[in-house]
Amino acid sequence: MTRRLPVNFILGAVLVALVVGTAALSLVWTPHDATQMAISNKFAAPSATHWLGTDQLGRDVLSQLMAGARNSMAVALVAVLLGGSVGVALGLLASALGGWVEDGVMRLADLGFAFPALLFAIMLAAVFGPSLTNAVLAIAFINIPVFARVTRGAANQVWTLDYVLAARAAGMNRFAISRDHILPNIAAAIIVQATIEFAVAILAEAALSYLGLGAQPPASSWGRLLSEAQTLMYIAPQLAIYPGLCIVVAVVGFGLLGDGLRDMSDPRLSRER
Amino acid sequence: MTAPLLDARNLTRRYRLPRTSLLHPAPVLTAVDNTSFTISAGETLGVVGESGSGKSTIARMVMAFETPDAGEVLFQGQNLHALSPYELRLQRQKFQMVFQDPFGSLDPRRTVGWSIAEPMRAIGADGDTARRTAEALEQVGLPARDADKYPHEFSGGQRQRIAIARAIVTRPALLVADEAVSALDVSVQAQILNLLMDLQDDLGLGILFISHDLAVVASICDQILVMQHGKPLESGPAAQVLRSPAHAYTQTLLKAAGVST
Ligand SMILES: Nc1ncnc2c1ncn2[C@@H]1O[C@H](COP(=O)(O)OP(=O)(O)O)[C@@H](O)[C@H]1O
Ligand SMILES: [Mg+2]
Repeated sequence: MTRRLPVNFILGAVLVALVVGTAALSLVWTPHDATQMAISNKFAAPSATHWLGTDQLGRDVLSQLMAGARNSMAVALVAVLLGGSVGVALGLLASALGGWVEDGVMRLADLGFAFPALLFAIMLAAVFGPSLTNAVLAIAFINIPVFARVTRGAANQVWTLDYVLAARAAGMNRFAISRDHILPNIAAAIIVQATIEFAVAILAEAALSYLGLGAQPPASSWGRLLSEAQTLMYIAPQLAIYPGLCIVVAVVGFGLLGDGLRDMSDPRLSRER
Repeated sequence: MTAPLLDARNLTRRYRLPRTSLLHPAPVLTAVDNTSFTISAGETLGVVGESGSGKSTIARMVMAFETPDAGEVLFQGQNLHALSPYELRLQRQKFQMVFQDPFGSLDPRRTVGWSIAEPMRAIGADGDTARRTAEALEQVGLPARDADKYPHEFSGGQRQRIAIARAIVTRPALLVADEAVSALDVSVQAQILNLLMDLQDDLGLGILFISHDLAVVASICDQILVMQHGKPLESGPAAQVLRSPAHAYTQTLLKAAGVST
């Protein structure tokens, strides 16, 4: 049986490969040093040496975008991994123990949802000072309730299956069952969610950096590039357009990839297809 | 007189149903009502009744997945529902279960050998887990090398054999089989029933055999308990219940199953 891959998955995978590839490449190679200034050569037009031209300080735009990709990816990755791990652990715990533990965890998650996520991130960064670390923590934090809820919902379904009853009959405790049976069987749902949250995290990082609450100079990120270019909108609009485009490509890419993965992993959808 | 292997006394289990109206309290369904039975070592008790008569609820209480609202389950003289969770887990190896759906009772992401060894791991496996897994597979008529395969590589009947291997690997005294052959083809049903009877002879298992099909129950049980709407209707030696059923309901079941009386 061959099934065609969903279009959103293919398109998402291509965009994600492009963005991740660029970020990875920037670790070993950028056309120029992204922080190397050359005032005499500011606002240079695209050329063979500077493919996308230079900015107001004569820095190579392409190199900055590549370095920015690396930072944006790193922030999103760490934030989603961190928030995802805590959220998944809480969701598994809620599902395994039930009762007031489950109620408590889910009420907390509701609270987290009710609170505008970005506002919370801004608050956290404002209280503890603007830094990339605080931006990561803030984004991680808003991911916790998302993953807790998804995990608990998926886990509750698996807990009713006969192979879990068999594990209980075998004398396994609830933590061992969560580890051995629940987690492996809900991994697909978690990965789908993580991909979608990755897109959200990129956007959140851009927003925080744009507000000056994320990456601090000289570190660059797409949000920072955008905010620096803001004052130059009329002189050099391309400086704002490039990072903006990068953000769109990355967010759309990860969003489509997550959607595509969900389409593929949802047995109801695949049966209809 | 020695105590029976399993002594279920006055089991009652009620479920609170979703409220149908704001003005009335949530309705309560009595799924099992004051039901008692015993099983001796090496003996099979068949529980029959149409769907919804409370058979699976009995199985869940005997397996200590659920606590009865009244009554007690004495296994080897011990009240299972009075044990601490830890004590209960240590006892669990001695009473095992085979489920109805051979496709749902094995974790699709684990090898067959992994699943069979699970009850041994639960009590802290000693070194010979692999040997005992292989032995259990051979006891249910499968080659030992099947341990490395995944559930999807097997047919329904083979999977049920694997589930039985997992259930007997810790040498339990009691086996609970809830509709264990109902999902299988008739020819495969007979093979699995024969396997259960052979294992019973070899291991001296007491079996709680649950089925909606009186024909299946008639073929392997020593004692029969007939359930209707959660209530025990009649019980006794299989031959007697089959030959002279005391209730019209039992006669209906007999007719439905095509058992000649
Ligand atoms: N968890 C539950 N919540 C509410 N009602 C239940 C639950 N489990 C079983 N029941 C009800 O209890 C009755 C007996 O169910 P069950 O023991 O599964 O019967 P059987 O196995 O004989 O078909 C049925 O009416 C069923 O709907
Ligand atoms: Mg049932």
